[in-house]
Amino acid sequence: MNHHIKEKIAEYIFLAVALSSVLAVVLISVFIFAGGMPAIKEIGITDFVFGTKWKPTAAAPYYGVAPMIVGSLLITLGAVAIGVPMGIFSAVFLSDFCPDRLHRIINPAVNLLAGIPSVIYGFFGIVIIVPFVRNVFGGNGNSILAASILLGIMILPTIVSVSQAALRAVPSAYYEGALALGATKEQAVFKVVLPAAKSGVLAGVILGIGRSIGETMAVQMVAGNQPRITFDMTKGIRTMTTNIVLEMAEAADLHRSALIATGALLFLFILIINSMFFVLKRRMNSEH
Amino acid sequence: MNKFEINNLDLHYGDFHALKNINMQIKPNTVTAFIGPSGCGKSTFLRTLNRMNDLVEGCRITGEILMDGKNIYENTDVNMLRKDVGMVFQKPNPFPMSVYNNIAYGPRTHGITKKAQLDEIVEKSLRDAAIWDEVKDRLHKSALGLSGGQQQRLCIARALAVKPQVLLMDEPTSALDPISTAKVEDLVLELKRDYTIVMVTHNMQQAMRASDETAFFLLGEMVEKASTERLFSAPQDKRCEDYITGRFG
Amino acid sequence: MNTKIKQAMATYKRSPFSFVMRLMLILSITFTVGMLAFILVYISAKGIPYLSKDLFSFSYTSENVSMMPGIITTLMMVAASLFISLPFGILTAVYLVEYAPRGSRVVEIIRLTTETLSGIPSIVYGLFGNIFFVTVLGWRYSFMAGVMTISIMILPLVMRTTEEALISVPDDWRQASFGLGAGRLRTVFRIVLPSAVPGILSGVILAVGRIVGETAALIYTLGTMAKIPDSLFSSGRTLALHMWVLSGEGLHINQAYATSVVLIVLVVGINALSGLVANKLQKR
Repeated sequence: MNHHIKEKIAEYIFLAVALSSVLAVVLISVFIFAGGMPAIKEIGITDFVFGTKWKPTAAAPYYGVAPMIVGSLLITLGAVAIGVPMGIFSAVFLSDFCPDRLHRIINPAVNLLAGIPSVIYGFFGIVIIVPFVRNVFGGNGNSILAASILLGIMILPTIVSVSQAALRAVPSAYYEGALALGATKEQAVFKVVLPAAKSGVLAGVILGIGRSIGETMAVQMVAGNQPRITFDMTKGIRTMTTNIVLEMAEAADLHRSALIATGALLFLFILIINSMFFVLKRRMNSEH
Repeated sequence: MNKFEINNLDLHYGDFHALKNINMQIKPNTVTAFIGPSGCGKSTFLRTLNRMNDLVEGCRITGEILMDGKNIYENTDVNMLRKDVGMVFQKPNPFPMSVYNNIAYGPRTHGITKKAQLDEIVEKSLRDAAIWDEVKDRLHKSALGLSGGQQQRLCIARALAVKPQVLLMDEPTSALDPISTAKVEDLVLELKRDYTIVMVTHNMQQAMRASDETAFFLLGEMVEKASTERLFSAPQDKRCEDYITGRFG
Repeated sequence: MNTKIKQAMATYKRSPFSFVMRLMLILSITFTVGMLAFILVYISAKGIPYLSKDLFSFSYTSENVSMMPGIITTLMMVAASLFISLPFGILTAVYLVEYAPRGSRVVEIIRLTTETLSGIPSIVYGLFGNIFFVTVLGWRYSFMAGVMTISIMILPLVMRTTEEALISVPDDWRQASFGLGAGRLRTVFRIVLPSAVPGILSGVILAVGRIVGETAALIYTLGTMAKIPDSLFSSGRTLALHMWVLSGEGLHINQAYATSVVLIVLVVGINALSGLVANKLQKR
């Protein structure tokens, strides 16, 4: 009977350990949202979210994060415009057009792209992409466009690997059926297989969007970081993530709370995006 | 005295009534075979004898199973029960470790740690399972490198190593070739001198060759149990007769 | 060969769509792989010539921006974070796979939270670490604050890979162990976990890669002081953070290239190792 008690104790210890991840999520949510509360209260939720001026150190300070929301969305939109087509085409190539031998080289290479740290991407952005944008499109190069190009590259591996998995899950009968009707290989893949895999591909795209909204360091290194609303792709802009990283060092009191509130807003965005991802993933799993 | 006495046993998986009012006696040092079509409950019943069904969620048992007169579902340490009632599975399932460690796992579980003592148990168990000569030179190599038939005899040796009184065998030869099957059957006849053996089989010839008593199961009921000779020559129940003459199942 | 090309030409004449698509496929994959090759080759070419012995000296000065303190701090960070995260991640997975009743409420909640954790961006972890460990617990910018933040960050990665590794252990082995009278604890620690080691290892290596490359979660927890932390509660700077500071200052651009090379070699090596372990696992 002695070991029976030991087994029970072990089970409860494991359960307690398992619940620690729940505790972590609760702690993170509570401290981020509670930390942002004073700023929201003092500034007012509408002035905070829709305010177009961010001047925390002025004599009469403004705390409006609308420029950062616009910045995050614009840069992400640009990254999606570049990364999604490239990623989907690459995934289609890898799943349906790639000889096995080549696949054994390219697939790990794509995964490697996912492993490169943000700072390296950022540094690469500083020395290659920023001068490229400056020379080709004008401006000083630190811009929405530079950040979009960089993030477009950074989200490629996510989109490629999730889409590839979705494409491979499509029953081969679909593909063979299309070929049997006289379709070319390209027609069969793009008109039958890809549409059948659309939930999975979309899940990959959403995961990529999440990555790009959450990315901080690489963006901070190439985006110029001016807190303003602009739709000129060659101009600099600031995102929600970089707002935190740029000012957290010196911020105190209301300013600090406003930065934490920016984090809370970012957290909210990510939660929404992630729940979309899980809904799609579940739908994908139930489709085939 | 009977090794096992089962009275009014019912078993449910959730809403499914898997075993219906089973009553049975099993004598010591005999081989009892359970036969019947797939899904008839024979394996489920076998697993009630060492409480392996406890691991299945939603499994409820009523009635009593007495082993040496003691109810194994009351005040019994299930791990000690499983030490006394060993089990050999349908698919050979050696652990991914050396032959030696496979056999020594059970004794170590029950507190034997002395090297000399373990060596002795390992050799005796492997000899009793008639596989010593085949593996004695590779005791410290992975058990997964053995053939299927050797793996199954290794699993029998592993079960013997904890010195059980009863050996439950769940279709022990269904994954084996005819030669390996014959070896296992010979082994069963050899082992019944020291152990009580209960065996599920889908192969009626096997039941005839290897067992003393045979029980026929159908749809969760034990339809008939008799000496193997009697059951196969003069079945009392119509359903049992239909099954053994191949009219269904 | 010639007839093959002719056949393809005939197909594409009939369906220009197919031709355009084939072209896009080849362009895209070339871009993707080309980008990787370009980043690796460009940074190596620029950085390798500046990999001097001085860059690996044990102390950092503003003239000689040695990366050695960064490398050592990174190793310390990896070891300490794994030390905390591994037991939590592995035991959580053990609970979910080996103990929790199927489809139980607890399992669903834990799964939801780990999925949430794995989606949270680094900067939010950094922000939380700054609020909780640095400020509320009063640890200031310190090694400990960095370690705790990173440990939470890699928890879902460790947990999920362990969970997958445990699920792939055949149930036959558990049954055999229970059948010999072993309890659940012994079955889990002697049979199931040892067989799951390769899978767990490949997850651990991925986590190491993530720690080595991490910056956003560390800037406001570990801080960026250019020295090896001399106690659990003093600041330091990992190699990735060092890289960030260097490229931001713009004073030591060549040294930044050289530092990138080291960082890339570390991360690429770690990822290759993980792939290797995973491959071995599949072969078994």
